[in-house]
Formats: sequence, C-alpha cells, structure tokens
Amino acid sequence: MSSEQISSAQYITHHLTNWTYGQFPDGHWGFAQDGTQAMSMGFWAIHVDTMFWSISLGVIFLVLFRKAAKHATAGVPGGLQNFVEWVCEFVNTNVRGSFTAKNDMVAPMALTIFIWVFMMNFMDLLPVDWLPLAAGALGEHVFGVEPHHVYFKVVPSTDPNTTFGMSIAVFLLMMYYSVKVKGAAGFVGELTLHPFSSKNPALQIVFIPINFVLEFVSLIAKPLSLSLRLYGNMYAGEMIFILIALMYGGGWAMGVFGGFLQLGWAIFHILIITLQAFIFMTLAIVYMDMAHSVAEHH
Amino acid sequence: MNINMTLLGQTITFALFIWFTMKFVWPPIMNALHTRRTQIADGLAAAEKAQRDEELSRQKIAEILREAKTQAQEIMGQAEKRAAEIIDSAKSQAKTEAERIVTAARAEIEQNVQRAREQLRGQVATLAVAGASRVLKKEINAAANEDLLKDLVAQL
Repeated sequence: MSSEQISSAQYITHHLTNWTYGQFPDGHWGFAQDGTQAMSMGFWAIHVDTMFWSISLGVIFLVLFRKAAKHATAGVPGGLQNFVEWVCEFVNTNVRGSFTAKNDMVAPMALTIFIWVFMMNFMDLLPVDWLPLAAGALGEHVFGVEPHHVYFKVVPSTDPNTTFGMSIAVFLLMMYYSVKVKGAAGFVGELTLHPFSSKNPALQIVFIPINFVLEFVSLIAKPLSLSLRLYGNMYAGEMIFILIALMYGGGWAMGVFGGFLQLGWAIFHILIITLQAFIFMTLAIVYMDMAHSVAEHH
Repeated sequence: MNINMTLLGQTITFALFIWFTMKFVWPPIMNALHTRRTQIADGLAAAEKAQRDEELSRQKIAEILREAKTQAQEIMGQAEKRAAEIIDSAKSQAKTEAERIVTAARAEIEQNVQRAREQLRGQVATLAVAGASRVLKKEINAAANEDLLKDLVAQL
C-alpha cells in the first residue's frame, strides 16, 4: 500500500529493510532507524524481526509436534496426531529413499527443515502490509516511535541470514559426518583424488591441485546453492507481492486488478513455498547421504 | 540484505530445533507408528489365523457329523438286529411255552380220558352184570363170574 506521503521506492525499501538491533559505528548499541544505519552496523547487528518470527514459528512447530509426540499412541490417532504422523511418514519415506547410511539425526533434521522452512515461507502468504502496519501502530502508540522507522519483515526466509544460517548448519553437519565416516585422510582423499587420477605419481601430483579446485568448488557450491535457491525464490515472491500491493494506490481499477493478481500469485505461491521447503529438505538429505557414502567414484 | 550476527543466531536456532526434534519429537512418533504397524500386522495375521481355524473347525465339524451319521446308522443296525433277535427269542420262547402248555393239556386230557375210561369200565361191568342177571333172571354168582367180567371189562 502506498500512500501520498511516501514514494513507491520508499515503500519497497521499507518493506525490504529488517528491524535491526546492533552496535552503531560510535560504539553504542540500539535499534537502527533506517537501512543505512543498519548497514553501517556491519556484522555486529541482529535482525530482531527475522529472529522473532523464525523462533516463534519454530517454537510453534516444536510445541505442536511435541504435543502430538507426547500423546502418540498406537491406537486410533486424533486430528493433530494424524497430521503429524502423516508429515513424519512423508519425511521418513523421503529419507529412506535418498539416505542409505544409518544415522538417527538425518530424519529429524529433514523434518525440522521441511516444517520450519514451510512455516517461514508461509508468512509470505499473509498480506504484505498487515503485520508491518500492526507493528508500526504498536511502535507509534506503545513505544512512541516514528512509524516510518519501525521495520518489520515478516518472512524470515527472505532474509539471507536465515537461509545461509541453515545451509551453514547443514554444511557443518556434512563436514562432521564426512570426517567421522571416512576419516580425515579419506575426506582429503575424496577432495583431491577425484575426478582425475593416474597411476603415474608425477602426473598424480599435477592432478591433485586441479582435483582439489574442482571438488572444493562443488563442495562449497552445495551450501551456497541450497541457501541461495530458497532465498532467491522467497525474496522474488515477496517482491512480487510488494509490487502488487503498490497497485492498490493506483485507483480503484488498478486496485481491483491488483486484488486478482495478488490472489493468483498467492495461489501459485502455495506451490512455491511447499516446493522450496521440500527441495531444501531433499537436498539436505542427499548432501548428508554424500557425506556418509565412503567409496564414491565420479 | 546485510549479513550479520543473525546468521549465527539462525544457525544456532536451527541446530537447537534439530536437536529438540531428534530428542523429543521424532522418536515417540516413529515408535507409535512402528507399534501401530506391528499391531495391524498382528491383527491381520490373527484374522488370517482365525479364518484358517474356522476352515479347520468347519472341516472338523463335517467330519464329526459324518462320523455321527455312520455311528447312528451302526447303532440303528445293531438295534434292528437286536430287535430281531429279541423277537426271535420271544417267538421261540412262546413256541416252547405253547408246546409245553399243549403237552400239559394233552396229558391232562389223556389222564381225564383214562380216568373216565376206568370209571366207564367199572360202570359197564356193573351194568353188564345187572343186565345179564336181568336177562337170566337169576342171580349170578358174582364171585363165580369174576373172571368172565374182568375179561369183559378188559375188552372194553
């Protein structure tokens, strides 16, 4: 929604800026008033809205599933238990299909990824202005802050910190299990002895750096692509919702047209958010499987 | 789009969520699913077993029925045989009894006839003597004609 006071560019920027708490360049800690201040904080800042929503959604997920798990019996399942079991069964089937080694951590990780990412993506379907306006009103009337300076991004998965955070966790797990299963030497060997190898020792020495560059790039590409795929999809989807929302300021005809567009995009987006959650989960499972497989020859 | 401490925060949050799911969510649900699967399998097996048992008991029942029928027939045959035997023995007993009775009756009749004959014989002798005396109009010495009379009686 754009009003007369702010331009489209300001509206979009406002929507794309996180509510940031961090250390100002002069050393004191506080909330950033706008994007430039947030930028100036550098690394020592935290996106309060991202953390708030991701943790809230994660806690909702865990509480619901924990409740179902606590009362899980082998008898006739109730509504919640039925749903939770259905999701778990789905995740378990996927893990069994892609993950061949034995590790009790992978399936819970996949479940966490699927539900949590889905819930964070789902925030995208809420009308883009509802929560930011509510937060603005709350900031203005309760905390006495200028509403324009209240930034509230509600979709945590449009924050690269979230997607990179998750992919880094997956990457660390990959590293840990690679070394644990194959041993440090085995892991180094996997990075340096493929795809080119030779019986000739001199040639092999030449191949090692080439192999390492290739394998290292493909290794690093895994967490990068994992997080950028989710971030890019969600960011673009959010952007389109914001652009559609801009049309509501363009007269009633544009507004009605925008309403239809928003509806259509939201329906299409249901597919995307589910698909992205599913892809993130599946790739994480596949990467874990790669970390566990010992004799892999390319 | 700034990369900052949120990155670490999200990594830690994610790790904690995974840990919680792994500890408290996944195992009970999988347990319940596993238990239910086992229960269903057991139930199906039990149903199959019951079906088999039913089939078996049906066969058993048929066998028992068949046996009972044969036995009944056997018993009936025996009973018939026994009845025939009883009838036969009764018949023979009756025959013997009848014969005995007839024989007794015959003997009695014979006796009576004999007795009547004796009496008649006596009376005839007396009558003969009386008649003869009347014919002769004279007293016959009974003692003298004793031999004659006895001869006469014996001829009767």
